[in-house]
Amino acid sequence: MLDACGLESAEALFRHLPGEVRIKRPLALDPGISEYDIVDYFRARAAENATGYASFLGAGVYAHYRPVMVDTVVLRGEFLTSYTPYQAEISQGTLTTIFEFQTMICQLTGMDVANASMYDGSTAVPEAAMMAVRVTGRDRVLVARTVHPEYREVLRTYALHQGMPVDDFEYQSDSGSLDLEDLDRKLDDHTAAVIVQTPNFFGVVENIRSVAEIAHRRGALLIVIFTEAVALGLLAPPADADIVAGELQSFAISPSYGGPYAGVIATKEKFIRQMPGRLVGETRDSRGNRAFCLTLATREQHIRREKATSNICTNQALIALMATVFMSVYGKQGLRELAEQNLAKAHYLSGKLKPRFTGPFFNEFAAVTNGRSPNDINQALLKKKIVGGLPLAGWYPELENSVLLCATEMTRRERMDEVAQAFSPVREQEQVQV
Amino acid sequence: MIKKVRSHITQNESLLFEKSSPGKTGYQLPALDVPAVDSQAALGAHNVRNEIEHFPEVSEVEVIRHFTRLSTWNYAIDLGLYPLGSCTMKYNPRVNELVARLEGLAWAHPYQPESLSQGSMEIMARLESALLEITGMDAITLQPAAGAHGELTGILLVRALLEKRGNPRKKILIPDSAHGTNPATAAIAGYAVENLRSNARGTVDLAELERMVDKDVAALMVTNPNTIGVFEEKITRAAEILHKKGALLYMDGANMNALVGVARPGDFGVDVMHLNLHKTFSTPHGGGGPGGGPVAVKKILEPFLPVPRLKRTRNKWTFDYKRPRSIGRVRAFYGNFGVIVRALAYILAHGGDGLRNATVDAVMNANYLRKKLEPYYDLPYTAPNMHEVVFSDDRQAKLGVRTGDIAKRLIDYGFHPYTVSFPLIVHGALMIEPTETESKDELDLFADAMISIAQEVETDPEMVRKAPHNTRTSRVDEVTAARRPVLRWTPEQPRTKTAD
Repeated sequence: MLDACGLESAEALFRHLPGEVRIKRPLALDPGISEYDIVDYFRARAAENATGYASFLGAGVYAHYRPVMVDTVVLRGEFLTSYTPYQAEISQGTLTTIFEFQTMICQLTGMDVANASMYDGSTAVPEAAMMAVRVTGRDRVLVARTVHPEYREVLRTYALHQGMPVDDFEYQSDSGSLDLEDLDRKLDDHTAAVIVQTPNFFGVVENIRSVAEIAHRRGALLIVIFTEAVALGLLAPPADADIVAGELQSFAISPSYGGPYAGVIATKEKFIRQMPGRLVGETRDSRGNRAFCLTLATREQHIRREKATSNICTNQALIALMATVFMSVYGKQGLRELAEQNLAKAHYLSGKLKPRFTGPFFNEFAAVTNGRSPNDINQALLKKKIVGGLPLAGWYPELENSVLLCATEMTRRERMDEVAQAFSPVREQEQVQV
Repeated sequence: MIKKVRSHITQNESLLFEKSSPGKTGYQLPALDVPAVDSQAALGAHNVRNEIEHFPEVSEVEVIRHFTRLSTWNYAIDLGLYPLGSCTMKYNPRVNELVARLEGLAWAHPYQPESLSQGSMEIMARLESALLEITGMDAITLQPAAGAHGELTGILLVRALLEKRGNPRKKILIPDSAHGTNPATAAIAGYAVENLRSNARGTVDLAELERMVDKDVAALMVTNPNTIGVFEEKITRAAEILHKKGALLYMDGANMNALVGVARPGDFGVDVMHLNLHKTFSTPHGGGGPGGGPVAVKKILEPFLPVPRLKRTRNKWTFDYKRPRSIGRVRAFYGNFGVIVRALAYILAHGGDGLRNATVDAVMNANYLRKKLEPYYDLPYTAPNMHEVVFSDDRQAKLGVRTGDIAKRLIDYGFHPYTVSFPLIVHGALMIEPTETESKDELDLFADAMISIAQEVETDPEMVRKAPHNTRTSRVDEVTAARRPVLRWTPEQPRTKTAD
């Protein structure tokens, strides 16, 4: 190859680089290692993490069983090692699965169209808010304090430099659901969108219809966020929303210490052209056969540059495929049964604890710690190889002795009993053990 | 002559919704070990949905056949050279998939106690330090989820620093050769975009830059090597011009595969840059994601990096959230950790020398293809190229065949096309990046295909214009797709023919 290029050495390829930009020494990195050594290194790191613990953490990331089918499909090189399907003739596999994904998200959410996925749920929120700003021509957004706190932080980061004021509104301290009076007070004619989450960060299921009425009365759009997609198997779809933005991690995407996940935005047909992200559409090929291709690209950065609806370039195709396979495996009946199991497990656990809120919940809820500090309880649980719930005071100072607990189809009854025992006041613990 | 492929039977397959029949299932759930709960009583009747209309009802065998059949309709790196320019479609090592799925890593919850997360944090810290050594920068965040997300993070950092200096300024300069994400990012960060015209070499025009940089310019966003694969030789001078006027230099690291072990952005004046873990560091593209877009900065920008930051105290890793000047979060949790694992596995496998060798091979392969194809395709910019080479369809266009047609004909030869019609500064661009993982045999097959197509253009341009001819799906009507968007399956829709 050197001969073909007329070079005496490979180094000559870099001769044109100015001396001052060249690095004059080898990179200070360890020498390369074998496949066995790599596996060994990561096994050692994995062992330093929690393994063999039962976990009651939810709060936006849920432990659901991943059917074997999921990795079987996504590890196929044809899905794993292909690029964005710009060349439709040799990308029909990916394009078809995305079309199915878009369809299933619409069926679940009650929306007309869904995009081919976003980075994750948290970044889908500012993208949805910016979309509402474009649709309404207004600039302000009102976000419920019961939206995932980290999602709200991401929203603020994005909003800060776009002249998009973000204000919070309250939740009812008894039910844990939206304070609609506070929302009504804070809504004004500059509000582009009201952003709520259901089930909310405390696990409470919101009444979407009533919040939609209030938002729409003032000409604002309603954006509904979800972090627990399995709930969609049982809960009424948020069809009164204008935009639904959510996180699909629950659909066979491993928790993986926070990512990669897949977000999604779904909306009404009339807002399609203001939507961010990739879209796959149905068409025909020149022989008249059904075919799919990326479409409505005039919204996107590679065509519109600074006038694009978003700077987003990648979607999360492979992760969205995990969700698609998951939805296919569980199907109509399975997704409902899965959701019912989650409901049953969480209600079993809540029956043994003192819930903080009265609002209806799906598979997670806040529990009060009976005067013991959440930290003490969690330390005691760790000794039993249980990772307890998430103390809420860090984000909600008013919920000092409350812990957010989640139970899924993977949570065993015996482990829930152990948690209940750890929550009970010290003098009662012996009785519980009997 | 077509050497790489011949046709074989592919299976037809309808959509899952069309295969469904009522009552069919493919799932198993464990027996419920707690009392069942009446959902209407627990949630309120109005909160409970009816059945999910038209949701799939298929068996396990139907699921595996469905997705396996669909997979065979895709091209992939695992099938051969994938020469998309600026996309760096290199081999994705499979051991990386294995280690990312180890239970302690894949099932780590982001809120589990730090004492039970030391392995994850060590992996993140080790990748951070390796990337800092590779880039020559001072500090880094792994939080951004992809390249464009990294761009946004980087420009927000620029903005935060300038704001602290008293004026965030108004404009970002972007060369006309840039990726579309650059201007889109600048706009989202609240900046106006000004185009910087490239010079005759296709690189940044210093005189033009000097003229345009004023008190309103916040930064220049530049890709280096740029999108025609040419190293910006005057980059240090460009940095000086910017710095003298209080502006910053942002580097889009999309083409970092040409530099690892050879040159470090931190040494040539770059203040802030992003990396694409899914390009340079081999994590799979997966049909369009997930990616990873770490952002590396010089000391002056460190206080503004997103929270949380990794910190070592008393021999333990912790997350530091108390950073008052931080721009805040750009994503929930800590970034695409699974992608971080894979990128680190790649770096460990190669080591310092191996990474440099990969760079040399990547540049070598691109130069080899340039030499082989130069007699047949017009090369508008003749400066020495690094990891990719950009031709134009100038000669073929005279016979009525455009870059898009040549690309489609390439499919008949068993290759994925190169990047079509980008960068915009090359009229009718053919942007080719072979990467280091291709053998000479595969490169020769590709070059032969390109040469053969150049000859076909002369003898039978009409045939090339109608390509591809041998695929199960022929040229797709993208115009109708956009004009009458059908973005989901519905039962009312008139049944279209399923390739039968």
